[in-house]
Amino acid sequence: MVLLQRPHILLLLIGTHQFLQCWIAFGSVNEEGQKQEEFSEELLLKPLPDHKLLAHFHFQSSGPPSTSNGCHHHLFPKAISQLVQKFRIKEMELSFTKGRWNYESWGGFDPLSSSNAKPPGVELWAVFDVPQHHIDASWKNLTHTLSGLFCASINFLESTATYSTPEWSFPPASGNVRYGTLPCEAVCTENLTPWLKLLPCRDKAGIALLLDRPSLYRGFYHSQQLHLTSTGSSSEGIDSGIILEQTLTVVLQPNSEMAIEVHASEKHIQPSWSLSSIFGKQVSGRCVLAKPSSVYLLLDRGLSAANGLTSENFWSNPSFELSANPDRIFLEESSSHSKSLSILYMFQVEKYCESEPFDIGLMWKVPVAWLCQQTPLHASRFLMGSGNERAAIAISLKSTQFTEGFMSANSKDGSCELRVDVFQVVPWYVKVYFHSLRVFVDQQPRAVSDIIEKIHVSPSKDKMSPGVMEVVLKLPCRVNTAALTIEFDKGFLRIDEYLPDANQGFDIPSAIISFPNFHASMVFLEDDSLNKSPLLSKFQEKCPVMSYTEVLLVPLTTPDFSMPYNVITITCTVFALYFGSLLNVLQRRVAEEERFLKAKAAKKTGRLPLLLSKLSAKLRGRRLEPLHSPPSSSSFINSKLVLKVILVAGLAVGWQYFFS
Amino acid sequence: MEKLKKKIGSFSFWNWVIASIIFRLILIYFPKNLNLSSRPEVSTPLTSFRRLAEGYWLKQSSMSSYAGSMYHGSPLLLSLLGPLTVKRIEGQPNHLLYSLVSVIADVVSAMLIRATGQNLRLAYLRSLESLDLVKQIDVSEFLFSGDIAALIYLCNPFTIVACVGLSTSPIENMAVILCLYGACSRLIPLAAFGWVIATHLSLYPAILIIPVIFLLGCGPDSPPRKLFLQRHQQKEVLNQSKLPPGFSWGPIIHFAFWAFLWSVYVLVLCGISLKQFGGLWEMFKSTYGFILTVEDLSPNIGVLWYFFAEVFEFFRNFFLIVFHVNILFMILPLAIRLRHRPCYLAFVYVAICSMLKSYPSVGDSALYLGLLGWFVNELADMQFSLFLFCGYVGVSLLSPVMHNLWIWRGTGNANFYFTTAMVYACLQIVLVVEGISAVLNHDRKLRILITGKPQDAKS
Repeated sequence: MVLLQRPHILLLLIGTHQFLQCWIAFGSVNEEGQKQEEFSEELLLKPLPDHKLLAHFHFQSSGPPSTSNGCHHHLFPKAISQLVQKFRIKEMELSFTKGRWNYESWGGFDPLSSSNAKPPGVELWAVFDVPQHHIDASWKNLTHTLSGLFCASINFLESTATYSTPEWSFPPASGNVRYGTLPCEAVCTENLTPWLKLLPCRDKAGIALLLDRPSLYRGFYHSQQLHLTSTGSSSEGIDSGIILEQTLTVVLQPNSEMAIEVHASEKHIQPSWSLSSIFGKQVSGRCVLAKPSSVYLLLDRGLSAANGLTSENFWSNPSFELSANPDRIFLEESSSHSKSLSILYMFQVEKYCESEPFDIGLMWKVPVAWLCQQTPLHASRFLMGSGNERAAIAISLKSTQFTEGFMSANSKDGSCELRVDVFQVVPWYVKVYFHSLRVFVDQQPRAVSDIIEKIHVSPSKDKMSPGVMEVVLKLPCRVNTAALTIEFDKGFLRIDEYLPDANQGFDIPSAIISFPNFHASMVFLEDDSLNKSPLLSKFQEKCPVMSYTEVLLVPLTTPDFSMPYNVITITCTVFALYFGSLLNVLQRRVAEEERFLKAKAAKKTGRLPLLLSKLSAKLRGRRLEPLHSPPSSSSFINSKLVLKVILVAGLAVGWQYFFS
Repeated sequence: MEKLKKKIGSFSFWNWVIASIIFRLILIYFPKNLNLSSRPEVSTPLTSFRRLAEGYWLKQSSMSSYAGSMYHGSPLLLSLLGPLTVKRIEGQPNHLLYSLVSVIADVVSAMLIRATGQNLRLAYLRSLESLDLVKQIDVSEFLFSGDIAALIYLCNPFTIVACVGLSTSPIENMAVILCLYGACSRLIPLAAFGWVIATHLSLYPAILIIPVIFLLGCGPDSPPRKLFLQRHQQKEVLNQSKLPPGFSWGPIIHFAFWAFLWSVYVLVLCGISLKQFGGLWEMFKSTYGFILTVEDLSPNIGVLWYFFAEVFEFFRNFFLIVFHVNILFMILPLAIRLRHRPCYLAFVYVAICSMLKSYPSVGDSALYLGLLGWFVNELADMQFSLFLFCGYVGVSLLSPVMHNLWIWRGTGNANFYFTTAMVYACLQIVLVVEGISAVLNHDRKLRILITGKPQDAKS
């Protein structure tokens, strides 16, 4: 590896001084001297099997270390660099997604899908470079800042009940990570505009010109991401600055009119498309600040195999026609477990200008059908049970055609295992019973300890923290289906904790299923010009294969929102009834008998003594003394009475004195 | 004649006991316990079997059983009953061992109730004798209140449901009854043990210390002490041996000592089992704190859940204080008025707690309905007894229906279910109020029998 890298670096150093990828050039920063801010814009187009087209915009800005540059930037967005400096972010990813990535037909094993397929709504994770006890404070500030930056309600992630701390099953995790999602966040153009503002040319020039709002939001899937990597760390001494990757992935349906004209009889032919037909715009030259600025067309393995493309004939192929000639063609390095290779056509936007805008089109001549590379197991999640009291979450894993290939490849060594990591966050009002975790392999219930290798659980605390479950499953390779079920009780919230549309239900964020034994990477045949392209070098990195499950909508029981006052008053009435009637019964009969005695005494005595005795009885709150009672006891009680009167008077005087 | 009656009575008593045990066993063998273990009437957040199992699971996976807000019971209960939540016998229902423990707890409670009831009856007869009222009141018509109370406890559908529904309330009830039994039969260490365990398990029995002090200080229920004095004044002979004993501090100090000892013991045991998970403070916060702050708003047969779901956050603390103080405020007046009847006082306290507690279940109602059986003779002319009976039947039939309509079908709303809870609370209020007035009337009747005129209302 070292031997390989050496000539690589030398080549870079000698060849030019225009470009340097920050992460490759760790060792050579010092020799290079002052680093420059760089910006690149790239667009990757990829036909998808179900007559759709994937467009992946990739903009990357890198800012030099702040120490060498002060706080002045030429290209790099100042807001982001301040953010990184203020909260000491090591790595951060924010994604706004609308729609759901269709793993079955759009694939899940290539670098494109495993890093750009995101759960619906907002997903944010960040790794901080601060001491453990400051992380939560940093996270809170970060959510508020991002909320302001992107006009989104990211600040809802502030409360501890919404974000979690994955321990090990979240692939990018490395210690101080915090992870939060807002599944029901609506993503729209108001989030895109601030995102575009971070680009040096905005959407006024270059590839970003294609970002036509109506056509973008008409798509089936739309995911806009912001990925920050900062290696600025005072302790390590190596400081290569901040890298900001902004990607936008859209899946669009090309207008199929062109196809119908050519092959009216063929129903299954892929639609032909061009940039102008899908985006309604053309690229009129590059953003002058961007190097490089290129457009790629990727035909993935399945497609090139279906077309009969091999390393020999990919220049001239019979099944489709490109409207522009590619500047370069890259072939994927042949790998062990698949014979067919992906092909990448590269177009440089620099060559085009206002008068001769760049517009690439693809015209299919014959119908082709292919399958994208799938994740080892296809994951889906659903709710079981009815009613609003309790239910169960089931995560089911189904084998795909990939597993069969994998199995046949590995069947030589008898016991082969497939490792699957599941990371599931549930909000606190979904009260999960972790002891009810059941595992089914091929529809047979299995002992949990047989299948689950490792489990980490942090149970939810009411209104405090969400429940987090991280599970490592070891499945046999020949598995057809596997399922995890776990029961939960639905919580009951206070009326002010319900969302405005309470009867719609609450969303449980997607579970993340990752396959740590597999890495998606697309290594193209060695070529130095590849290193210039951040997008392609990102493809070459080994990124973990992961997929997100569906967001679940859990309907919760609602109280009656309209009558809190009635409930309060009626309940208080019941309490008053209890208190009043109990006190009454404890002293009721006494009064009755007193009256009886009084009536008896009144018959016997005259007016004055009766009045006196009435008064004394009132003062003492006691029964009347019979007149013939012994005088000694009477005087004794009288002295007691005097004492009481004095006490009350003293209290009254004291009260007056205190308050005057 | 009387012997024969007694024989028949005791024979049918054992028949009924065996029948109720067999009925429980039959219900246990129904699949999934008839889903009783997840009914809101049976399992509250404090007594739920599933939460116990979850706490045990957390404990087994070397986490604090109070991590998360699932388990709110005692760590001792977890150590004792926890293993039974996972132990299975092939071919038998899943939680057979746990159910058997509940059945045994029920039977033991019933036996203790019977013994205490017999004790109370003997004490009552003795006091009647010393008042020379045996001729006026037909003693042979006196029911065996112990047998009746035990049968009420065993055959009450509430008890059966709580037992078969795998809730922990049979155990809690047993602790309360143990405390009263110990105090009645003057087994001071046992009384202290019962009181400490009951308080540890569900906090509210803490106020039973007042009846226990009266029981230990002046013995079991008897007519007011003043009556005896009057009686002897009338007869002009002061027979000291026939007077009930005065208040004595000896047993109370003894009780305090034992209570202290047991609570230290319980706390040390809890401390050991929670050593690495935040210790006792964590336990108090998630057991007593959870009870007092009414954090869980899932529906139950009490009135607090819906109130706190609807009340404005600003007033929450105020109403928390008001509702808890409602229990405390009545302690003193009741203690003054019913101090000569400590067992009845205990019944009233238990009833009030089960009405106003934050997470009531039918198990609590089962306890006070069982204790009510002790006083069949005193409460013979209680008003509204038919109305109350019909009310209890009606509420226990309507409440599941309303719950079903609201939660499962979605055709009713929360107010429907809450209404049944309100009616239930009102019924309990009527029961307590009428019960107290019946006992006071009974005392008054005795006084009239002695003095021949309503006099000396203050007892």
